[in-house]
Amino acid sequence: MIYFDNSATTKPDLSVIDTYAKVSEKIWGNPSSLHKFGEQAFHLLEQSRQQIAKLLSVSPEEIFFTSGGTEGDNWAIKGTALERREYGNHIITSSIEHPAVMNSMKDLSKLGFDITYLPVNKNGQVNVKDLKEAIKPTTILVSIMAVNNEVGSIQPVKEIGKALKEYSKVSYHIDAVQGLGKGLHDDIFNDRADFITFSGHKFHAPRGVGFMYKRKGKKIAPLLSGGGQEHNLRSSTENLPSITAMARALRLLKTDEKQKIQNQVNIKQLIFDHIKKYDKIITFSKVTSNFAPHILCFAIKGVKGETIVHAFESYDIFISTTSACSSKKHLASSTLNAMKIPEDESTSAVRISLDEHNTVEEAKRFIDVFDILYDKFKKINS
Amino acid sequence: MQYTEIMVRYGELSTKGKNRKDFIKQLGKNVKRVLHNFENLEISAKRDRLHITLNGEDSSSIMNRLKDVFGIETFSPVMKVEKDIESAKKVVAEIVKSQYKPGMTFKIDTRRQDKNFPLNTHEINDALGGAVVNEIDGIKAQMKDPDITIRAEFRMNGIFLSSLTISGAGGLPVGTGGRATMMLSGGIDSPVASYLGMKRGVRLDMVHFYSPPYTSEQALAKAKQLTEKLTRFGGNIQFLQVPFTEIQEEIKDKVPEGYLMTVQRRMMLRLTTALTLKRHCKGIFTGESLGQVASQTLESMMAINDVTNLPVLRPLSSLDKTEIIRIAENIDTYDLSIMPFEDCCTVFTPPAPRTKPNLYRTRECEAMIDVEGLMERALDKVKIVDIKNGEEFLNAQEDVFSELL
Repeated sequence: MIYFDNSATTKPDLSVIDTYAKVSEKIWGNPSSLHKFGEQAFHLLEQSRQQIAKLLSVSPEEIFFTSGGTEGDNWAIKGTALERREYGNHIITSSIEHPAVMNSMKDLSKLGFDITYLPVNKNGQVNVKDLKEAIKPTTILVSIMAVNNEVGSIQPVKEIGKALKEYSKVSYHIDAVQGLGKGLHDDIFNDRADFITFSGHKFHAPRGVGFMYKRKGKKIAPLLSGGGQEHNLRSSTENLPSITAMARALRLLKTDEKQKIQNQVNIKQLIFDHIKKYDKIITFSKVTSNFAPHILCFAIKGVKGETIVHAFESYDIFISTTSACSSKKHLASSTLNAMKIPEDESTSAVRISLDEHNTVEEAKRFIDVFDILYDKFKKINS
Repeated sequence: MQYTEIMVRYGELSTKGKNRKDFIKQLGKNVKRVLHNFENLEISAKRDRLHITLNGEDSSSIMNRLKDVFGIETFSPVMKVEKDIESAKKVVAEIVKSQYKPGMTFKIDTRRQDKNFPLNTHEINDALGGAVVNEIDGIKAQMKDPDITIRAEFRMNGIFLSSLTISGAGGLPVGTGGRATMMLSGGIDSPVASYLGMKRGVRLDMVHFYSPPYTSEQALAKAKQLTEKLTRFGGNIQFLQVPFTEIQEEIKDKVPEGYLMTVQRRMMLRLTTALTLKRHCKGIFTGESLGQVASQTLESMMAINDVTNLPVLRPLSSLDKTEIIRIAENIDTYDLSIMPFEDCCTVFTPPAPRTKPNLYRTRECEAMIDVEGLMERALDKVKIVDIKNGEEFLNAQEDVFSELL
């Protein structure tokens, strides 16, 4: 089996599952309880927080646990809108954001917020100049993803941070769900970023857990009210087994990070160079520093994306149409749409997304199967 | 940079005349205690300086610990080299290189204890300075306010080179100011008062009252953990657990509500006095601060203090809560102190304690309980623990955790 759909979800590491099981079995106290089981759980929770903070070079008070990327994005966006609505009602985002961001914006626009969607160029990147021009006196939030989940384009999040230096009133959110462990640390944790959201299952942690970085002192309204956990900002009994498992997964991710990234670049390059030779292939991702090391999006002209996915599946190779979140709705990719790719090409798009465990051997096998399938498709099409 | 030793300079000691020897000896002991888990160190306290030979131990973690030890004015990490000018030249150039940024100036400050060394001070300065200028393009020597100062000491047993001077904690070595007891509750104030007492050189024995089952194991562990936090400033601390349940129950049962708190405090102070005398300590420290709570008014203090002749010292008496919290944060006890466990002071708090108890009425109320018998039974069951730096009481599960994370 070859799994090339890591942007959808990653396989949890065995030792991460082991941590999850052990914590569930042995440290099941509620961190808010006063007795020693609660105390023990509280310490493990705080130690997990410290470990995550240390691995990311931020302070533990800046890490808030969530249920994942969707909650993080909703919280950063709606929480800021609620907190800062007296300062204005204008929000800037891009036209290629994840549905968690897009739909949060739609919700807010129904409530009277004014949303600007920045366009992207043919590489799927927003332009900092466009962003600067979009800022109004009523702007309260800029929300931009670090890495596009469909084509892997890297957004200029650091430059946007620089541009926002003069606008201290504007909160800055980065959706970094696809960006962790991809060598973008300094870009993402730039000194202007106020909120950064992450999801555990994108880096081999269990699903249903994630975390948000919130710059010290930055205010945000809670979306979940209740028992007052997470400094009164995110109530709900802490999901300790998942949180601990996520802290472990992050440590594993950060070990030998550079070498792992290089490995993914090598695999991507190998596949990219091979498929590029064929005339019916269109690539939407590149192997350059503007693109994440793990995502390769391409189309075989005239063949539906879904057909390609199932054809590979019959060889036990798992790839995806552009994003798992939109694939079942039979929609053409929204990112490709925003990149002004014609619909007959975008409906043929598929995505390979790698992780650090993928190997060159797998890439070679993929190439062999690709050749076989390409021939088949040509026969059908001609 | 791999340093070979750390040289420690003394603080206030130089003004202490005849007692100097005792101060130095005590500081030496305290440093040894604080660094007890570095096995390869050699520590020798000499007349002018204290030398810590590292023998390969990690200099930065040792310096972190030294920063907290009272009685140290400054210290410097030092490289020891063979007594030959060529090796000194090489190392000096290396040290300057490791700190140099374009535009910086430097100076060599030589002390020659070994009067038989073939070069005199000026010649040494010239030789070492020359080596630096040769190695680093564009660096200039400057005698006044240089950016980098290299101290070179030519001693009988080698040449000692250093370029950093780090501030110590000041104060007096713990133990030179005699020994006292400290009434440690586990709140914010008493660790701060302990710190201030220790800064004046007093060795403190912690007296902690606990009332199982009304107070939890964790409350006790928290008091011990706070004590551990304070070992950084002068080494091991004795921790005295005094059982207080029976006394509290009896007082609750027999004493009128308005005087519950005052009588409880008197019993605590009585017990502490007995322990203080038994341990040959010379006074009692408390974390009281005037006007904070009912027991901390002058009237209340008078009614409580009535039971002892020993000096009762209250380093916080005139500090504001915000000032106290700031110190607690600096000495890293604040986060521990605010952990939410009931302690014996809060277990039977009456809704409206007397803020101005009458001394004679207090004595009358106290006569309703069997003071002698209660004291004897409590003192019989005092448990003494020696608490060392680095011990864990609250998170005794680090190992289990590290396996999970």
